[in-house]
Amino acid sequence: MNKPLRRIAIFCGLLVLALLIRDNYLQYVKADQLASDKDNRRVAIERYAHPRGDIIVDGNPITGSVVSKSGDFKYKRTYKNGPMWAPVTGYSSQAFDGSQLEKIDDGILTGNDDRLFFRKTLDMITGKPQQGGNVVTTLNAAAQKAAYNGLAQRGGKGAVVALEPSTGKILALASYPSYDPSSFAGYSDSDAKAWNKLQKKNNPADPMLNRALRETYPPGSTFKVVTAAAALENGLYKSADEKTNSPLPWIMPGTTTPLKNEGNIPCENATLRVALQYSCNSVFGKIGSDLGNDKMLAEAKKFGFDSEQFTPVRSNASVFSDHMNPSQTALSSIGQYNTAATPLQMAMVASAVANDGKLMKPYMVDELQSSNLDPVAKTQPEELSRPLSPANAQILQSMMQTVVEKGTGTNAKISGVTVGGKTGTAQHGVANSANPYAWFISFAKMPDGSSPVAVAVVIEDESANRDDISGGGLAAPIAKNVMEAVINAKK
Amino acid sequence: MSSTTNPPTHHTSTIGAIGAPSRRNTELALLVFAVAVPVFAYANVGLAISNHVPAGLLEYGLGLGLLAGVAHLAVRKFAPYADPLLLPLATLLNGLGLVVIWRLDQSKLLQSLRGFSPAAPRQLLYSAMGIALFAAVLIFLKDHRVLQRYTYISMFCALVLLILPLVPGLGANIYGAKIWIRIPGLGSLQPGEFAKIVLAVFFAGYLMVKRDALALASRRFMGLYLPRGRDLGPILVVWAISILILVFETDLGTSLLFFGMFVIMLYVATERTSWIVFGLLMSAAGAVGVASFEPHIQTRVQAWLNPMREYQLSRQITHDGILHSDQLQQSLWAFGSGGTLGTGWGQGHSDLIKFAANSDFVLATFGEELGLAGIMAILLIYGLIAERGLRTALAARDPFGKLLAVGLSGAFALQVFVVAGGVMGLIPLTGMTMPFLASGGSSVLANWALIAILIRISDTARRPAPTPATNPDAEMTQVVRPS
Repeated sequence: MNKPLRRIAIFCGLLVLALLIRDNYLQYVKADQLASDKDNRRVAIERYAHPRGDIIVDGNPITGSVVSKSGDFKYKRTYKNGPMWAPVTGYSSQAFDGSQLEKIDDGILTGNDDRLFFRKTLDMITGKPQQGGNVVTTLNAAAQKAAYNGLAQRGGKGAVVALEPSTGKILALASYPSYDPSSFAGYSDSDAKAWNKLQKKNNPADPMLNRALRETYPPGSTFKVVTAAAALENGLYKSADEKTNSPLPWIMPGTTTPLKNEGNIPCENATLRVALQYSCNSVFGKIGSDLGNDKMLAEAKKFGFDSEQFTPVRSNASVFSDHMNPSQTALSSIGQYNTAATPLQMAMVASAVANDGKLMKPYMVDELQSSNLDPVAKTQPEELSRPLSPANAQILQSMMQTVVEKGTGTNAKISGVTVGGKTGTAQHGVANSANPYAWFISFAKMPDGSSPVAVAVVIEDESANRDDISGGGLAAPIAKNVMEAVINAKK
Repeated sequence: MSSTTNPPTHHTSTIGAIGAPSRRNTELALLVFAVAVPVFAYANVGLAISNHVPAGLLEYGLGLGLLAGVAHLAVRKFAPYADPLLLPLATLLNGLGLVVIWRLDQSKLLQSLRGFSPAAPRQLLYSAMGIALFAAVLIFLKDHRVLQRYTYISMFCALVLLILPLVPGLGANIYGAKIWIRIPGLGSLQPGEFAKIVLAVFFAGYLMVKRDALALASRRFMGLYLPRGRDLGPILVVWAISILILVFETDLGTSLLFFGMFVIMLYVATERTSWIVFGLLMSAAGAVGVASFEPHIQTRVQAWLNPMREYQLSRQITHDGILHSDQLQQSLWAFGSGGTLGTGWGQGHSDLIKFAANSDFVLATFGEELGLAGIMAILLIYGLIAERGLRTALAARDPFGKLLAVGLSGAFALQVFVVAGGVMGLIPLTGMTMPFLASGGSSVLANWALIAILIRISDTARRPAPTPATNPDAEMTQVVRPS
């Protein structure tokens, strides 16, 4: 009986071998994948096992950690002035995971990032408890405050984005209405209630939507800046003060409908400067139609349309359509029809003009630090594209300055500073039934020629009824306050 | 207790009884390790969880040492030639099991579950009873061949044990499997664990008698030896019974175990490969047949194929009437999170597996806290126990002892494979427990009895042949004197 017995012994050995192989597969080959699986609760337990690092604005943390008493999570996230900073920080919740910077830089904040490996090992040897690193942002607290308070005073919904044109640094990123990430940072019933209250299905105002990056609005007349840039770049008109070939009324090609202007304004054969000053639909519609879809699209793309931006928080792609007929192109060129832009996108437009035609990639994380403040990674400014030649950019700057000096944007004037801007009111809804959006994009130029800030403000307007007045009336004052905050911070 | 040699006073021409050395001192030295390792582990858990050495360390160490000492003395006295590895290996596993069960008792998550009571004190009690049973088997079972007499009584006992959980009022349906019986005042018992041993006795006794008939009286058909119907009968009966257990008690593991054990013993007894083929075919047919209409088993297979989906289903309210469980996915996460070296004693989160963390899924805790290195060591310990059992079978001189030893060690290896394979997602989960490691009285008792029987057989196998009669030529002639 010994021969089959030996075979049985081999069989038992094979059983053990199969288990060993499977175990090696699980605990060696697949280990990392299993250990970092997002549903694996250990990931969350580990995330809250140590105080998280902080998100820092102007040298001060806007986040914190407290010891929490609920369940297996040791620390809970807190936020200073949560609603104001929520579009920047996102949230980090024991029950509801995380978003935006809290999620993207989770590795740094928890201290588990590979880039912190050396530090972590050192701490382990010296017996120090693990600590998270910090995320230093590019934001400007004063500008953010001006932006958020401006939106809050207005009520309704809206967003503000401010950029530093020379680098692409995001200085303000506000969205209203907002939410307090502290309210659902824990794991208790009250956290769940707070979370449910904020969900869109229970709250039509959708406070958790980051309007500055994720909502696309029809940009309305602010898009005329892009159209003007396309006209100059394609050589359709050479200067701001050259008469354009613009009949009034101008009948859109292929239709019998004239493209109307708001009110009785001097648009017939107006110069580009006058057309922008009064926001002439007929002039810019015709420019779009004359240039054609392809050239308009190419210019819009140079400004960043049709692509998502990663700041590193993702922004939605803004839209300028392809395959439009001339009259659709005309409507799109005045920021209606299919055109849609995020507030970030329009801030990029203003910032490219202010930066003499060079568009910098927008970013909001300046530096990642280890727990002892050693830099781990630093973001270098990066050029995204050149939508305008320097000469054309200066022409457009002077046109936008006229808008603020004696056009629709006089509410944005700042004494001692040259301000350029463009108002906009976008119709939306079926047959324009919904409230229009009030827009204002602008930049400030210091006497030394530098441009410290470019802003885009959008407000879902409750009271607007006439083009451009609302953009200048509602949005421009907020832009002015944000620009002033940045300028004062520089002094 | 050194090996026996011929007394020099005898002048013999026959070969002396040179048996294997008894190796009792080797066993004792290994036992010291088998006790020391869990004691250090116990201290380690306490330090990791609460930053101080657990208060009961001395008692625990003394207790485990005392149990191992008693077992060792029993072996030394009643089975002096037994294999020296079996007892230390079993002691090590039992000790590590106690540590992990105690460690899981400290989990706040498990403490918050309904019906929680610390399992470690109970397990310690059962371990003591297990050692007592171990000693009792060695004391009262002087020769394993005695069991041969109880072949048919064993069969009867095994069937009774298997059917007990189905008796109304006695059986308990726990999480979808009816394999427990409730004894008032004692708690629940899994008769299948004991049936495993009793059934091995029956198979060994039956096959020893029938092996020639099974091996020789057959027709050749397509290269295989087909047995006669009357010899095939019993295997069909056992197959049917194991399928019935599967159907009525929804216990995939036990039926697989019994059937596997029977096929192994049959193969060893008859030396005919055809039996293996038949066995595999029949078990496959049975498994497929039952799986086609038994939802409990279908769920298990589904859960095995896609544990993540099962995990997600368990988090929602489903209306399919099936109890979805996130255990397997949780177990896989525990293994993965442990990685190569593990998190260290007391620093894992295998309590996320919830109520089965200290029984069916106890291996996941080892996986997380001791890592790949620890699991490989534990699997090798199990492999070593099976290997020592099979060695015992090889060495055994009587066919009954051979068959019994191969049956018991084969069943042991199969059980380890089925459980470990289940919790590691290699095969569908069956709901059996890891011998010695898992919390559960019947399992500890039955496995200590199993080790005792293997030790008894190995003692007989390694015992030197009785000192032969001295050479008659050398003996003094008896002179009958007239009185």
